[in-house]
Amino acid sequence: MRKAIALLLLVGLLGVAACGGDDDEAEPEATPPTEAADTGAAEPDPCAKDQLNLVTPGSLTMGTDNPAFPPWFQTAEGEPWDPTGEPTHDGYEAAVAYAVAEQLGFSDDEVRWVVVPFNNSFKPGPKAFDFDINQVSYTEKRNEAVDFSDSYYDVEQAVVTLKSSEFADAASLADLQDAKLGAQVGTTSYDAIVNTIQPSQDPAVFDNNNDAISALKNKQVDGIVVDFPSTGYITGVQVPNATAVGRLPAGPEYFGLLFEEGSSLRDCVNEAIAALREDGSIDQFAQEWIETSAPPILE
Amino acid sequence: MRASAASGRRSTLIALGSTIVFAVVVVLLVTNAPGWPAVKRAFFDGEVFRESLEVIPEAFLLNVKIFLVAEAFILPFALLIAILRGLPGPVFFPLRALAVVYADFFRGVPTILVIYMLGFGAPALGLSWIPIDPLFWGVVALVLVYSAYVSEVYRAGIESVHPSQEAAARSLGLSRAKALRFVILPQAVRRVVPPLLNDFIGLQKDTALVGLLGVVEAFRQSQIEAANTFNYTPYVVTAIIFILLTIPLARLTDWLVARDRRRQLAAAGAR
Amino acid sequence: MTAAPALLLEGVHKSFDKHEVLKGIDLALEPHDVVCLIGASGSGKSTLLRCVNLLEPIDQGRIVLGGDEITAPGVKVDRVRRRVGIVFQAFNLFPHMTVLRNVTLGPIRALGASRAEAEAEARELLGRFGLADRAGDYPDRLSGGQQQRVAIVRALAMRPELMLLDEVTSALDPELVAEVLSVIRELAESGMTMLIATHEMSFARDIAHRVCFLDEGVILEEGDPEQIFTAPREPRTQQFLQRIVAAGRL
Repeated sequence: MRKAIALLLLVGLLGVAACGGDDDEAEPEATPPTEAADTGAAEPDPCAKDQLNLVTPGSLTMGTDNPAFPPWFQTAEGEPWDPTGEPTHDGYEAAVAYAVAEQLGFSDDEVRWVVVPFNNSFKPGPKAFDFDINQVSYTEKRNEAVDFSDSYYDVEQAVVTLKSSEFADAASLADLQDAKLGAQVGTTSYDAIVNTIQPSQDPAVFDNNNDAISALKNKQVDGIVVDFPSTGYITGVQVPNATAVGRLPAGPEYFGLLFEEGSSLRDCVNEAIAALREDGSIDQFAQEWIETSAPPILE
Repeated sequence: MRASAASGRRSTLIALGSTIVFAVVVVLLVTNAPGWPAVKRAFFDGEVFRESLEVIPEAFLLNVKIFLVAEAFILPFALLIAILRGLPGPVFFPLRALAVVYADFFRGVPTILVIYMLGFGAPALGLSWIPIDPLFWGVVALVLVYSAYVSEVYRAGIESVHPSQEAAARSLGLSRAKALRFVILPQAVRRVVPPLLNDFIGLQKDTALVGLLGVVEAFRQSQIEAANTFNYTPYVVTAIIFILLTIPLARLTDWLVARDRRRQLAAAGAR
Repeated sequence: MTAAPALLLEGVHKSFDKHEVLKGIDLALEPHDVVCLIGASGSGKSTLLRCVNLLEPIDQGRIVLGGDEITAPGVKVDRVRRRVGIVFQAFNLFPHMTVLRNVTLGPIRALGASRAEAEAEARELLGRFGLADRAGDYPDRLSGGQQQRVAIVRALAMRPELMLLDEVTSALDPELVAEVLSVIRELAESGMTMLIATHEMSFARDIAHRVCFLDEGVILEEGDPEQIFTAPREPRTQQFLQRIVAAGRL
């Protein structure tokens, strides 16, 4: 019997010894960029394509949700896009993504797409993408867990109701006080309801915008809050009898590309975005893909 | 006598010793893993834990309401289905068939689908007399699904009552319905209390699915907190609350089973 | 005018699947008759009794209870069963009810008696058979003999015209048999019409007005106990009784 205990203890200690790794390594260390080639030339450009630290060397891996909705991504027919299918250049985020890739020196067939559901983009551990583009708004809290690029779109939130709703002609935030509103979980749209509109009823919270839209159609909610660009597709295609009532007072909210914390790619992408702003590409994309006639701002 | 006490002590020591060793090995393995600090921050963040405790327990009250209301309907409805299933004779075939189809269907379809289809689908029909409240349909969906499982539990209980009991009751001149009501069902239900409690515990977890319809119950609330903080600790808080609820019920089930067994053994040995 | 027989079986046949168990039973009991059925296991004694209280439907023939043909189509089976009391070999008391409740369940729920009436009568019956102090106990607290006596009381509480006893002592330890037999004896003496299937030969000899030997689904021989037990006519009856005597049970 004593032998049995001793044996167990021994096995335990062996197990600890074998598996106990070094505990001074706190985080998965991003492997540093490769040393300069022995050409003896001047210091290499850290954003050169072959210097980048990528998930799959040689290609740029970008992530977004499935399905990805207009006006951010769409098929040639204007339908929501499936990242696992044929790639598309249509849509604001599609345009921005490919433009950034081009700035970094990647051709279209050096670009890969992976599906990253919104809630997965910030799970711990190494990322399966180089960056994620999925209408993720920058917030300080989020920035503690991941890294963001500079803005590629300045966001406004908007309220959508059915045309038949008593709240369809709301002209101010006060008019929305008694509304039952809905939004997708974990979005700045949800924050906008809770912090900006502050209605008397708690909002309904859904896994995704599609469910929120179903609830709107069913009159289970009086209105939903989404980022303004999405209202075009919603009121134009998904719920034709809905209307965008108004935009919420603008905060400094913007969408950024999402990176693994400490990613060395981020600064290179920021340069790319700056270049795209300067040559007017960003504005052009906004003109092309996002409705310019906007409803009034609710105060 | 002394020998067995000594060997009993030894067994206890071995059990204790091996448990401690095992626990130590696991803890050391986990905390020495290279990713541990990141995981710890993501799942066991103290500040987020405290913040979550301010909102999640309140949302959990909604889960409690859901499962209490649902269970109150499940228990009688499932019994009805089990009884329909057992109606004898060709004239009752349609009812028997209905009960079988019902149980097969609602045990076959994933609960999450039933919740979606009823929660978003029923109100979409646009009939003014159909309620649109997502909480209502969430509870209805849970009742429909769990009644299917519980009816099978009842059926097993009813069939476990020896046919001689029914024979004795019918011999007194009691109708089939009265024999069922006074003799068979009381015995059947007593026998299946453990599996009934088991299903009840399962129901408590599935109340989280109602959150899909927009209702902010504990799981949805923890999602909100998690997305706010980009941290998973709120999920841990919710998990702990659920576990705290389950443990007393699990012990109660164990106690009931043990007491039942004692009574049966006593009855068997009485003569 | 002759009173109707208490029980009449004419040409009763009963099969289970392909196996015919009762191959033409003819039997008549007058009111207050005590008739014992004897025979080997499998001869059909239990089946016969279960046919009389309609637990088993018969395939051919008819059964008449106190002038009413109970095997005719459209007969209300539950009503018939209230007129016939049956006690089984395995006592079949309801384990989730007290002794008192076991006895009063039938009168209250099937006969519509009030709780007070039913309980009063139940206590009286229990008292008559020495079980008054057990009224509040659950069956698992009683000995086998006590449980069987309760089963008899339960059947009696329905005030039946006829009592059927199906080997009611066969499952009892020997020392508990006597108490049950004395209950049956008392019932017989009080004039209850009874049809008793039994292995207890001495007892049968003692209380029966008539004894029927059942063999392979028919009543092979029928007569008064003395004649059957001392001078059986049929060879198979003789064989059967010889085996019983050899086993020391007569």
